[in-house]
Amino acid sequence: MASDAVRVWRRPPILIRDWRWRWGIYAVAVIYLVMAVSSVEVNWARVYEGLERGWRFLQGFLVPDFTSRWNDIRSGLVESLTMTVTSTIVGVLISIPIGIGAARNLAPLPVYLICRSVIAISRSLQEIIVAILFVAMFGFGPFAGFLTLTFATVGFMAKLLAEDIEDIDEGQAEAVRATGASWWQVVNYAVQPQVMPRLIGLSLYRLDINFRESSVIGIVGAGGIGATLNTSIDRYEYDSAGAILLIIIVIVMLAEYSSGFVRKWVQ
Amino acid sequence: MLTVRNLGKTYKTGDRALNDVSFSVDAGQVVGLIGPSGAGKSTLIRCVNRLVEPTSGKIFLGDTELTGLSGPGLRTARRRIGMIFQEYALVERLTVMENVLSGRLGYVPFWRSFSRRFPQADVDKAFALLARVGLTDHADKRADALSGGQRQRVGIARALEQDPELLLIDEPTASLDPKTSRQIMRLIGEICTERNLPAIINIHDVVLAQAFTQRIIGLKAGEVVFDGTPDELTDDVLTSIYGEEDWTAMRRNEGDTEDAASLEIERLAGLV
Repeated sequence: MASDAVRVWRRPPILIRDWRWRWGIYAVAVIYLVMAVSSVEVNWARVYEGLERGWRFLQGFLVPDFTSRWNDIRSGLVESLTMTVTSTIVGVLISIPIGIGAARNLAPLPVYLICRSVIAISRSLQEIIVAILFVAMFGFGPFAGFLTLTFATVGFMAKLLAEDIEDIDEGQAEAVRATGASWWQVVNYAVQPQVMPRLIGLSLYRLDINFRESSVIGIVGAGGIGATLNTSIDRYEYDSAGAILLIIIVIVMLAEYSSGFVRKWVQ
Repeated sequence: MLTVRNLGKTYKTGDRALNDVSFSVDAGQVVGLIGPSGAGKSTLIRCVNRLVEPTSGKIFLGDTELTGLSGPGLRTARRRIGMIFQEYALVERLTVMENVLSGRLGYVPFWRSFSRRFPQADVDKAFALLARVGLTDHADKRADALSGGQRQRVGIARALEQDPELLLIDEPTASLDPKTSRQIMRLIGEICTERNLPAIINIHDVVLAQAFTQRIIGLKAGEVVFDGTPDELTDDVLTSIYGEEDWTAMRRNEGDTEDAASLEIERLAGLV
């Protein structure tokens, strides 16, 4: 009566078949985690001291002072917004040819390798490091910030654009190619319509990121609202700093909301 | 018109898709290409317009040797060959009109196609073709707003916009229902007669192939195993192409669905 026997089924382990290896790897991971955590030194006295400063910061945040430094805040904001918009536009314009060149289904191998290395360089250098370099080269101020954000935008946009181009429906490109279209015409008629909505969406997303980054790189001297924020913190004017942070949050939320709306609309 | 001589194609993976295929097609002749999946039907028609690069053999369109062309020469040859696809392969975010006009891409320079300023003669031709396939009112709709049958009509209009000397048709009905399939096959047949156009139709529906083509080529494992009229395609021949199967039953079933379809229409009309 074999057919009456209950057949037990268990999901077979997918990644690591051998149970000894599986438990061995888990054990090593846990031991490493415990050792790593215990190696972090915590100075509790310093933490206690810091809590007080943090509290003062928060108090300043709760009574933001927009007026006494308003002129500095305004010029910082204008600088940041200018930096954000110009660097996004220039960055996107540069990233389009590089992104096309970095798509394996459109570009020949040498071009592909060159464009991919440009992307790799741009992405491996963090914005702050690039900003420090550009501040050293071109001096304090928004020009260094503009260059930094443009540089970062190129890597980000070109990589995502290239990946999107590689994911297009090849059938549509094949059909356009079969009509006798040239390479440029295939790009214009088969690739562009397929990637355009995403390109617009990513550009708006990058506009968001660039605004946020502009307030960070200001701290290392690249101008904008970040520089104003840095100055006010240095002077212990936490109420002004709170006002600046609130303005940044509001602008980021506005950008987030409106870019989401535009992205839905272009689909 | 089209001559294929000793065509062979071996993919990089080592798969031998085509082996010593030879045939020729005369003007106005509609040829059905049948065979099991993986027999090399798609590869064969893509070798003709060089979307797939053949490894050996020669292909002539009129006096032009298609194999060995490159660059502008290849593009000029491709514009003489219209192609219609299984999944329509329309550019979905472009309008119907842009899709039809893309049939002229081999003729116009880049800036004209980029600015969508095609010569008036091309636009007139596109409107005439849309009227011919019954889609005049849909010219400015986006291609992805159309139904399957309508999309395939746009695909046909795009191919004809090229003023082709040959049509390559890859599984035109595979994504369509039986009734629309027949309408599309009938339309293709009519157009080929009107323009005295030769066509190679890659199709796996044997009954449709027999009904709408004048000649059938059977492909099996990359080799031509049958070349004759639809009437010569007997059960024995089908068995030699596809393997053992009850062919009479298949034909009878096909008849049944036809009856069921007409019954449905009569019922809707209140006749039954």
